[in-house]
Amino acid sequence: MAQLVLDRLLAQFGGGEIIKTGSQHGNEWARIRPDAWTAVCTFLRDDPTLSMEMLTDLTCVDRFGDEPRFDVVVHLYSVSKKHRVRLYGGVPEENPLIDSLVPLWPGADWPEREAYDLYGVRFAGHPDLRRLLMYPEFIGHPLRKDYPKEKRQPLVRRQAGSLD
Amino acid sequence: MGFEFVYSSKLEAAVNWARKFSLFSYPFVTACCGMEYMSTAAPKYDIARFGSEFPRFSPRQADLLIIVGTITERQGPALRRIYEQMCEPKWVIAFGVCASTGGFYQNYSTMPGADQVVPVDVYIPGCPPRPEQVLDALIMLQERIQRGEGHSQIAMRVDQGFDVPAASVRPISRITEHGEKAKVK
Repeated sequence: MAQLVLDRLLAQFGGGEIIKTGSQHGNEWARIRPDAWTAVCTFLRDDPTLSMEMLTDLTCVDRFGDEPRFDVVVHLYSVSKKHRVRLYGGVPEENPLIDSLVPLWPGADWPEREAYDLYGVRFAGHPDLRRLLMYPEFIGHPLRKDYPKEKRQPLVRRQAGSLD
Repeated sequence: MGFEFVYSSKLEAAVNWARKFSLFSYPFVTACCGMEYMSTAAPKYDIARFGSEFPRFSPRQADLLIIVGTITERQGPALRRIYEQMCEPKWVIAFGVCASTGGFYQNYSTMPGADQVVPVDVYIPGCPPRPEQVLDALIMLQERIQRGEGHSQIAMRVDQGFDVPAASVRPISRITEHGEKAKVK
């Protein structure tokens, strides 16, 4: 469906920015070198034959044990051209940092805060990178595969044996 | 002065009788159980028959806190604050398995039962419970109020210096309550 997008990307970026591309169930994806994250996304948005106006979703995957550990996943859609593409940006565990897409699509604001909250991936250039879902007192990032399943961080508890 | 005599005579029974038929509920609705709560409060099941038809949307005007739905750790302080704002005596119903035990959630965000932060008088199982179960729980709570065994009723008596033997506090077990009711009939 959207092989055009991958062809345009590969024609534009020949310096190894596109690590790998593929197609699965009619959906095209591309793995992007993280330092070219903003450049590739800007091209996808501004190229007249691609014109990806809409960021449908931004999320994160913890590939625990693999390197790089985290994948930031972006789903892009062109409202005018009616094609879509999925991008992966690998983020290493020791310095989980990738460019923010808020300057390109303001809709990336809360998804990036959510990814930061639950996975601990930081987004350089985000205007307000705070936790979105968990409370500020929460320590750690609960959707990481190494977060203990039983671990709770209560804010209040009753005293044992009290009537109240 | 004071109301000590209330608890030492038949007057206590009369006061409790009045309390149990004029429950003002505060619905703390957080999840899908709210649909079933609405059904219970609507005319078909008609909770008004039990003198509990008047949901107040301020905890300061309510004496029955109905916790309807999943409670997250983040909601804990808010729930505790609402409970503390209610005037004594006050009662709490945990509506559905999520409010009772956390239900099928076992994760970082869900509180394993609202009784972690507020004392619960009656637990209603079910996901969600049927309105009949809610009415059943309300009747159970009324019996509990009549006997003066609500958590806050006992706490009030302790505050006023009365001796409350631990054995007088009945377990909050649905099965016990049911068995007892069956015997009475």
